[in-house]
Amino acid sequence: MFQLDTDNPTLRLIVRYMVLTLIALIFVTPILFMMMSSLKPDQQLLADTSSIKAFLPIGDISFDNYKAAFERAPIGMFMLNSLLVTGVTVVLGLLVCSMAGFSFVFLNWRGKSIAFSIILATLIVPFETIAIPMLLMVSKLPWLGLDGFSWGWLNSYRVQIIPFIADGLTIFLFAQYFKDLPKELIEASRIEGCSWWQVYWRVVMPLSGPIIATAAILKFLAMYNQYLWPIMVTQQEQYRPVLVGLQYFFQLNTAWGEVMAYLTIITVPVLAFYLALQRAFIASIASTGVKG
Amino acid sequence: MKKNSILTRHNTTGWLFASPGFGLMLLFIVIPFILAIAFSLTNQRLMSPNAAEFVGLENYTNMLDVGILVVDPEIDASGNILVDKNGDNKYPRLRKFTRNNPDYPNVQGMKEWFSFSWGEQKVAIMASDLVFMKALVNTLTFVAFVAPIQGALALILALLINQPLRGIQIFRSIYFMPVVVSIVVVSLLWRFIYDGQNGLLNSVLNTLTFGHFKAVDWLGNQDTALGSIMAMSIWQAVGFHMIIWLSGLQTISPTLYEAAKIEGASPWQTFRYVTWPGLRNTAVLVVIVITMQAFSLFAQIDVMTSGGPLDSTQTIVYQAVERGYGKQDISGGSAMSVVLFLLVLSISLLQRYLTREKN
Repeated sequence: MFQLDTDNPTLRLIVRYMVLTLIALIFVTPILFMMMSSLKPDQQLLADTSSIKAFLPIGDISFDNYKAAFERAPIGMFMLNSLLVTGVTVVLGLLVCSMAGFSFVFLNWRGKSIAFSIILATLIVPFETIAIPMLLMVSKLPWLGLDGFSWGWLNSYRVQIIPFIADGLTIFLFAQYFKDLPKELIEASRIEGCSWWQVYWRVVMPLSGPIIATAAILKFLAMYNQYLWPIMVTQQEQYRPVLVGLQYFFQLNTAWGEVMAYLTIITVPVLAFYLALQRAFIASIASTGVKG
Repeated sequence: MKKNSILTRHNTTGWLFASPGFGLMLLFIVIPFILAIAFSLTNQRLMSPNAAEFVGLENYTNMLDVGILVVDPEIDASGNILVDKNGDNKYPRLRKFTRNNPDYPNVQGMKEWFSFSWGEQKVAIMASDLVFMKALVNTLTFVAFVAPIQGALALILALLINQPLRGIQIFRSIYFMPVVVSIVVVSLLWRFIYDGQNGLLNSVLNTLTFGHFKAVDWLGNQDTALGSIMAMSIWQAVGFHMIIWLSGLQTISPTLYEAAKIEGASPWQTFRYVTWPGLRNTAVLVVIVITMQAFSLFAQIDVMTSGGPLDSTQTIVYQAVERGYGKQDISGGSAMSVVLFLLVLSISLLQRYLTREKN
């Protein structure tokens, strides 16, 4: 593909790796800079930007910024909120969306094709176009909780979880995957007397490891990175996720060391998760591409 | 006869399995979508003691109305055109026409969007919601630049990492890394990188040019702010589309490449006649996905510029949120959301049409 004017294969190889490495630096240096800067006092952080030191953990290295960041904002609480909202949404979402996908592929019911068309149509509705009317809607929805009946979902976990459990892409991905499972298997289990729930739970789901991983990763990324919705529905910091908590660090005289520390705290879990499961991550993104 | 014996009717079971997911989607996607259209025709507010009233298309006209005002230059008593210090014609202030002037009902309350001269006259394009007009233009500009550039760069990266080289997965993983970092984190990080005084980008450019580079306040300058946000957005998301291109590349049969090689095709010919035709469907998908993401531009603006400087980075979603949430004007925000949806819809239909299978 990328022809060079030389016939020397070693030289060509070296040039190829150099190009690849230079591009890699573009992607890696800002993230590296963030992590290294989180370890430095502000003065040094600013001075280091003019040299390669910006990307190296040298000089006055400490975790002081982390300590200060934790003092400035209830980061632990924000983190727990994020993990709770993301975790619950992902688990319930996988259940609900795989059940819907199962129903669309293996069961035959009236209205199925219309329902599936509606689900496909939602794929071209960006969340941003429904966020404003939904804000009004959730502010008026009823709720029956442990402490009785109430109106309005603002400032709660449920307002961050329930609207995002079901989504068109996840249902679609499950349906695509289920289509390729051998139909004979489902028939055989029905003949042996399995109920539909047993077919779903004991036969189909155990065969769906790859698509469950894919859907979980996509949903996790989408939920953990939610921003527009939580800034509108969590005025009380008690329910805020980590990204909204960042607003503590928005002031004009930004303490950049602390900001970098907080950014690192937010990023490291996802990055670690990604590096541990790279193949699954990349496979999940790739699978969104086969729908064309 | 039915194709498949298990596909007899199972209305109850089918509904039981589908209803949790489908019901939630109706409640939280379909209904809000219908409400967006409904609210946009009323004066609905977030908290209001009064019931909302139907107002027709008023929200849309308030937002999208433009008028043209042709202004004659000012003349002195003897009929000569007055000129200012630079030798340009002097014109009366537009305020005279837009404020309480019954002779010009079509531009009442409007503000000047831009103007140009036409002979001796000045033609001013007036807009009733100037900020929204800027947001609309900025959003379209953002899409017009980001969609092709990000799509093309992602394809180049995909071709690079599709080479059979040892350790190529490491590069693939690195190029993809920014995708898993939240755009909010990225935006705040790049606010420092773009900083006018101590910013990393200025320092790096300064070092690379041996001190010849004059520091730029990338986000504080209305000529560079939107471009800077574009560059950062591409940096963050390009790895995502690289993977989609890559999965498209890997569906192309290796025998086609072998055939091209035997025929003695140049690398460009191989790309043009083997690779690219095999990527048609992928291309439609990549462009539609990038376009949808680009139209939804919000977090970057909220974290980096709040729409400034001088509204040069206002976007439709940022305006919709400022209206609907900030000013609690649900109807105005909904109208903007509907305009955004129509844009997304028409552009995806256009793209599908342009990239349709040609027989």
